[in-house]
Amino acid sequence: MQTPVNYLARKHWKQTGTIALIGSIYLLSSWILKFDGLTGIVAIPKAFSWLGINFKPTANSIHFLPTIWQKLIGTVLLAIASTVVASFIAIFVALIGAKATGGNALVQTVVRGIASFFRNIPLVAWAMILLFSFKQSDFTGFLALLLMSVGYLIRAFMEIIEDEASETMLALKATGASYFQVIFQAVLPQIMPSLISWILYMIENNVRDATLVGILTGTGIGFVFDIYYKSFRFDAAGMTVLSIIVVVIVLEVLSNQIRKVIL
Amino acid sequence: MLEVKHLEKSYQKDKPALTDISFSVEPGTFVAIIGPSGAGKTTILRSLNQLIKDDGGQILLDGGDLRTANKTQLRNYRRQIGMVFQNYNLVERLTVIENVLHGRLGYKSTLAGMFGRYTNEEKQEAMTLLQKVGLEDFALQRCSELSGGQKQRVGIARSLIQHPKVILCDEPIASLDPASSQTVMQLLKDLTTEFNIICIANLHQIGLAKDYADRIIGIRQGKMVFNEESDALSEKILETLYDQNVTEELN
Repeated sequence: MQTPVNYLARKHWKQTGTIALIGSIYLLSSWILKFDGLTGIVAIPKAFSWLGINFKPTANSIHFLPTIWQKLIGTVLLAIASTVVASFIAIFVALIGAKATGGNALVQTVVRGIASFFRNIPLVAWAMILLFSFKQSDFTGFLALLLMSVGYLIRAFMEIIEDEASETMLALKATGASYFQVIFQAVLPQIMPSLISWILYMIENNVRDATLVGILTGTGIGFVFDIYYKSFRFDAAGMTVLSIIVVVIVLEVLSNQIRKVIL
Repeated sequence: MLEVKHLEKSYQKDKPALTDISFSVEPGTFVAIIGPSGAGKTTILRSLNQLIKDDGGQILLDGGDLRTANKTQLRNYRRQIGMVFQNYNLVERLTVIENVLHGRLGYKSTLAGMFGRYTNEEKQEAMTLLQKVGLEDFALQRCSELSGGQKQRVGIARSLIQHPKVILCDEPIASLDPASSQTVMQLLKDLTTEFNIICIANLHQIGLAKDYADRIIGIRQGKMVFNEESDALSEKILETLYDQNVTEELN
């Protein structure tokens, strides 16, 4: 017999059991992989002190700053460009794919499929595939970031449209407004803050990712880092990393400010 | 005149949401639809402008049937039918006057409407209507900054600028405090008389329905059980309308 008392007791046991299960999965997989978590954790302080000593930018590293910043600014612009183009593509596709504004169930499924295809291929894989066609160039990086961002943004925009625009759409439909009038007068104004918020997040993300892509495509800040690293000029590599961190933090602060103003 | 004849609707097979709803309303009449939650009040209201596609019957606005209208005809009918929502359904990011002007979209070409190119007469009228609902000083404020009662009055102005023959109100005061509720109900009643339109409102507040409506329609389990002058609504009828025991027996 299910009483409230023994229901709650059972729930309690279930929670304890779940935690125990997760713990044993970890132990089992460590054992199979011969992976020693404890040694890893113990090694962390040593790793960081090595990192601190070797990668610490010195007075000498300042010579590299002009090169680093020139490449870094180029990378940031590339990330912004790819995100902006991706947003344009994504908003149109999302309008077609969202339940509230879009076509039938088949169209919705197709759009969801396309979005998850672009999203679920790792960025590195995109970059390496595109390398064959476009060689080592800025455009390869641009395209890799673009495809990835399109996948993410379509999904995000579709959910925003569903959540935030359905009610106002209904009101305008009831006044006799046509489809495009509803999109431009209700849906787009209503979702604009969330849209911009997502685009800003994507730009921050793409600046970070652009570094990684650059290592593969031999362009931008990633390439600079790669060269310094492989030629054992660790202090310059450290300076590069420091510059990237500064830019990412500045971007984050900036976009938080923008969010505050528009929301 | 609005005539509803034998309206039918079911969302699931063998579980009718509406059965044989028939009534007619003359211009200048304020009708309240009352009944327990889930009785089918919203379904009736949304069928009237075909936001919900019903399954059978006739909906005649001055003799023309909305149910058999094609896309263009339906757009023409819809712009003659204003709608006021429980959650106001305004575009919160836009200003009050922009939201009022949305009521004109049904009359505009697609392009002019898309980019919000309204004529001077339309803008003047929007201001006149805002004056009527007491919000002329708020014209350039964002709707997100307004109180619930103010938002609902914007919604009413938006429906009035459509030059409607009918205004449908889906629980117009369910999210409002008592004072704002009174204001909104009084406003709806006055406008009904002034513009000689039909106003149909779903209500949960029986007291307010009796005070403000000319006629009351009682719905229970998708069937119409009452349709008379509001004075004729007695305790006994209310008991059968809302009695939980009877509802459970019927199930």
